[in-house]
Amino acid sequence: MKAVRERYGASPLHLLLVLCSFALALYAGVRLLKGDTVGVAVWFVAAALVHDLVLLPLYTVTDRALQLLLPGRGRRTGTGSGWVNYVRVPGLVSLLLLVVWYPLILRRVPGFQLTTGLAPDTFLGHWLLITAALFAGSALCLLGAMVRGTRQRKGQSRPEARKG
Amino acid sequence: MDPDDSRPDAPPPPPVPDRSGGRGSAAAGPGSERTEPARPEFWRSPIRGPWLTSVLGAVLLVGVPVMFVTGLLSYAAYNPDLAAVNDQTPDKGWLGFYLFSWPTDPSWLYRLTQGVHVTLGVVLVPVLLAKLWSVIPRLFSWPPVRSPAHALDRLSLLLLVGGALFEFVTGLLNIQLHYLFPGSFYTLHFYGAWVFIGAFVVHTAFRIPVMVRALRSRRLRTEMRTSTAATLPEPPDATGLVPPRPAPATISRRGALGTVGLGSLVLFAVTAGQSIGGSLRRTALLAPHGQQPGSGPNGFQINKTAASVGIRASDIGPQWRLVVRGPGHERVLTREQVLALPQHEAALPIACVEGWSTADQHWSGVRLRDLAAMAGFPGQAPEVFVESVERGGSFGSTVLRANQVQDPRSLLALRVNGADLSPDHGYPARVIVPANPGVHNTKWVTRLTFGAAS
Repeated sequence: MKAVRERYGASPLHLLLVLCSFALALYAGVRLLKGDTVGVAVWFVAAALVHDLVLLPLYTVTDRALQLLLPGRGRRTGTGSGWVNYVRVPGLVSLLLLVVWYPLILRRVPGFQLTTGLAPDTFLGHWLLITAALFAGSALCLLGAMVRGTRQRKGQSRPEARKG
Repeated sequence: MDPDDSRPDAPPPPPVPDRSGGRGSAAAGPGSERTEPARPEFWRSPIRGPWLTSVLGAVLLVGVPVMFVTGLLSYAAYNPDLAAVNDQTPDKGWLGFYLFSWPTDPSWLYRLTQGVHVTLGVVLVPVLLAKLWSVIPRLFSWPPVRSPAHALDRLSLLLLVGGALFEFVTGLLNIQLHYLFPGSFYTLHFYGAWVFIGAFVVHTAFRIPVMVRALRSRRLRTEMRTSTAATLPEPPDATGLVPPRPAPATISRRGALGTVGLGSLVLFAVTAGQSIGGSLRRTALLAPHGQQPGSGPNGFQINKTAASVGIRASDIGPQWRLVVRGPGHERVLTREQVLALPQHEAALPIACVEGWSTADQHWSGVRLRDLAAMAGFPGQAPEVFVESVERGGSFGSTVLRANQVQDPRSLLALRVNGADLSPDHGYPARVIVPANPGVHNTKWVTRLTFGAAS
């Protein structure tokens, strides 16, 4: 048992369960790949690759750029956590809505009105208004934090806990 | 209080403070032959670690099985084992082992299961994305393969991550009628789910102990009170998620989880209304069926309009006839003759596989079991083959099971909410059966053949 563990790198139970799942994946996989085999395989693998190698680096770099643009830890506002989050939280939620509902928001669905009898042009406006509301809400939160920070500094001239 | 100070075995600080997020010089060293992301030092976020990953994982551990089970229920709701015409995935083999007669009670059953399936799927998107973000350093872990077990694990992870994203993407595109994917949605989503779930079971089976240990390592309540300034990395461990050279925290774990939660909450708020219906439908600002299609008795959600499936005025005009058939029986009826039969009422919803549904509508028409009696089945009604005037298309015809025909609320409806059906809702006559998936409530019905599927 111990020899197997050392050579294989995990418990033999791991091997059995993995092989069981691969057999099931193959059983379903041959059915999944029937028809447009290449297309489906590309979709399946690309789903993971596009996320890991394009989408994730893209939003990470965007976030880094945002942090360069809005540096510092909000010492002047007294918010402690840095006010970059007041931009990136509503920004992230707005982008999330766009990622999930982009076919409707960006009008990528040609037959939508014909099929459902519903207007196809309301989604972009809704998304923009929701985005506005998110940033407005964030602005209110920041304002609240600034007021609290100012009060705290006035109330007690205690030096800041954090240094360098 | 610098993050590094709290860690007993922190590596010595780099000679030059690296503020560019890890894109420093490719200094010589033990890892110099690796590409940048393969160096643990490349990953800087101090909140990455087993605890954060485990919190997100725990949410998915509850959510994914609910998605899987409601998905399987949706397949069963089509009664695919009853007739070839009901089965969108006839090659399923043993993957349909669990199928059963879909019940007609409660009448909102499919509203509930499919509403949960779709809404939960939408709400879990930020959790899934955050979970993938939290483990991204592992994608580049070096060496790429440490042992046979590790190699199999990585292959399994491709099925897990590829499968999860494949299921979410096909699902999200389908509910928005954006049929980009290479094949039938039913085939891709059903078989894709089975490919995914095996990898999911393996992943959870071997990660649950790690998850439990990580969740116990920190108290959620404490984390929820820790500010960004006080946010420190987790102690380094074998998972390889904790960054060896963390940047100062720009957000607390509370902030990160709160952002994910806010994302889920906002997605719920702009989506759920299309499944709840009533006055809350208007709140579904980004969901496909968040608007009211007109007003009046026929002003409720339409799956496919008459125009979109090629229904011509002549198909549903005065020449329209209803053919009721059974072994040795055939009756051909005009709409007036159908209206002259005993009319019954039923309050039933429309619920679509796309997740949207309506509140109960008040239908009136002829009971399917009365039509079965007319076709030579005066006692126990058999299954019925329903045909629409639709030309082609996946759902121009369907077979309803005996329990569905037998239910006194199952109607061939001619009127709804006190008015004749509109063409978009299936004029002159449509099927309405409790708890039936919307596409099986066939519209523009022209022929009913009882006892046909056996």
